[in-house]
Amino acid sequence: MGSTSGVRPVAGRRHPPGPRRVAGWWARIAVRAGLVAGALSRSLGTGSGSIIGGRVTLALHPAALSGLAVGRRVVLVSGTNGKTTTSHLLAAALASTGPVAHNASGANMADGAVAALAADPAAELAVIEVDELHLATVAAAVAPAVVVLLNLSRDQLDRGSEVRSVAAALGAALAAHPDTVVVANADDPMVVWTAAHATRTVWVSTGGRWRGEATTCPRCGCTLHYGAGPGVRRWACRCGLTRPDPQWVAVGEGGLTGDVLIPVELRLPGQFNQGNAIMALAAASVLGIDPRRAAAAMADVEDVAGRYAVVAHGDRELRLLLAKNPAGWAEILGLLEDARPLLVIINAREADGRDTSWLWDVPFDELADRPVVAAGDRAADLGVRLTYAGIEHTTVPDPLAALELLPPGKIDVVANYTAFHQMRGRLGAQDRREAGT
Amino acid sequence: MSARTELVIGVLLPDVLGTYSDAGNAVVLAQRARWRGIDTTILPVPADTTPPAGCDLYLLGGGEDIAQLFAIEWLNRHHGLRHAMSSTAVTLAVCAGLQILGHTLTDRRGQRHAGLGLLDLSTEPRRRRAVGEVITHCELPGVGLLTGFENHQGATTLGAAVRPLGRVRSGVGNGVPTKDAVEGALTDRIVATYLHGPVLARNPALADHLLARATGDRLLDGEPSEVPDLPELRRAYLTTVSRRPGIRAFARAVRRS
Repeated sequence: MGSTSGVRPVAGRRHPPGPRRVAGWWARIAVRAGLVAGALSRSLGTGSGSIIGGRVTLALHPAALSGLAVGRRVVLVSGTNGKTTTSHLLAAALASTGPVAHNASGANMADGAVAALAADPAAELAVIEVDELHLATVAAAVAPAVVVLLNLSRDQLDRGSEVRSVAAALGAALAAHPDTVVVANADDPMVVWTAAHATRTVWVSTGGRWRGEATTCPRCGCTLHYGAGPGVRRWACRCGLTRPDPQWVAVGEGGLTGDVLIPVELRLPGQFNQGNAIMALAAASVLGIDPRRAAAAMADVEDVAGRYAVVAHGDRELRLLLAKNPAGWAEILGLLEDARPLLVIINAREADGRDTSWLWDVPFDELADRPVVAAGDRAADLGVRLTYAGIEHTTVPDPLAALELLPPGKIDVVANYTAFHQMRGRLGAQDRREAGT
Repeated sequence: MSARTELVIGVLLPDVLGTYSDAGNAVVLAQRARWRGIDTTILPVPADTTPPAGCDLYLLGGGEDIAQLFAIEWLNRHHGLRHAMSSTAVTLAVCAGLQILGHTLTDRRGQRHAGLGLLDLSTEPRRRRAVGEVITHCELPGVGLLTGFENHQGATTLGAAVRPLGRVRSGVGNGVPTKDAVEGALTDRIVATYLHGPVLARNPALADHLLARATGDRLLDGEPSEVPDLPELRRAYLTTVSRRPGIRAFARAVRRS
């Protein structure tokens, strides 16, 4: 399949296939200690254990990550939105050929990568979701075979400062790895500007809806010109930066590569997940996996680290959705059922970004005609935003107490990053208590 | 209530200066005007249009460095708009908006660019980016404490022809080391600030000040009903200890209030 993407399948380079043990007794002890710390954390119920485990290993042996990556083909999945979903889809596709190491919990800094690789020493393939601000560091350590670059938009501005600076740093990281194949979103000008630094690129048209950051050229600052009608995904700037011709195009029912349509039927909802799937398909294809086989494997993915999961909670049935920035909300709004009661939970902790301004770029006025409850650490910020959007709502910071205000039956729950994980944990804990275990 | 007046709010370059959600300020202004029975229109003015000179209020938002230079060139090109901002309309300029209305701004490579010159101020880069919560005491009578989130790398020096918008109680503000740290800039017609949030969402009194200025101080007899979650929002931000200036600055703020 490599022929249609124009890029040869990638094999492990520095060593023969098959992972090797981490060299050196101290490195082995560091990895072992991390695994023990992770297991301890899990048994205490404090988390998935991947962050603490990875941190213990890195503290004892800072170069552990590159040691753990030796002899494997590593795919790094990065971008602002869709990392977790895309990495799950890709891991499922690659798992159709053999064991795959994967940071499935979404712990996406160097510590999470260490934990994932340490947990699966025998896996020759690895799919690692990486936070866009940590991609340069992780890429330097693991020399990835493939980098999947989904999109770059505003998220946690207090952390990353400017989208453009993040893109520039990523570009430098890609330039430093000439052997890496970059699977990049051709519809996102910021991604195209970034991936232009890469030596080998596979372009994918995903057809994303969000254009908030993409109206001015990342290279020169002028306004971009977009196509109309059937060419709506095309864009160009007078400075010469233009949308590259994609080797893969996400169409409604699958991925088009050349004249060949690979049908993709996902259990995950939304056109944006269809786009994520085609990115995964292109990456699997670069690694020499038959895309039809990959597509079949992706069709079995239904729950991505709890996202899209439907959970029973008393006489309510909750659908759990995650949206952490305006681009994510633009996609999630399209998924919400008309008139279905809605609980929105907003935190502003470190992992969320401290600044809640982004709520004002979400078109919440689309939420009319349904019961809405605002919850989370920043329930008041959300409540003020909803009032100005003309949305009647109730504000109750505690999410479980907030649920009680909504009628029994089906409820959509949309939360941002830490709010989502907190809610999952609390739902699990309460339901276990009620079951008497 | 029947509509008394038409109020037009021009959001300048939302496609270029849209980074920090400052367009939310237009929603706040429009709703607070509508709640008083004033028929209000929000007019987005993107880069490929000719800006109307007849708006009552203009908003300029925050943006990344490269967007600032584009915005300066664009604003300079449209004389009618420039004239309106200096003599007929009321303007809220946030972050990059504040910087480009000044005399000069110097970028991180040390290159100096001429601004619009509508505000008597100049901006140079500061070494550390100022990121975090800010609390100031507003110089406008009756407005009280302002809360906002700053995220900038500018050190802005005010000239004699502008007043500061507020005195910093916690956070960085304009970022020029002086005995008494200040934030933003104020003239008869322009309110300029580094505060996001958006600033008017967190500080309704400042929004009402702008509306009063834009409508000739004559339409604010009807107080809009209280926004339900606003008291809790303000309580949360005005009692939060900002990490950057430390406990001492917070204690100072408490002593003063």
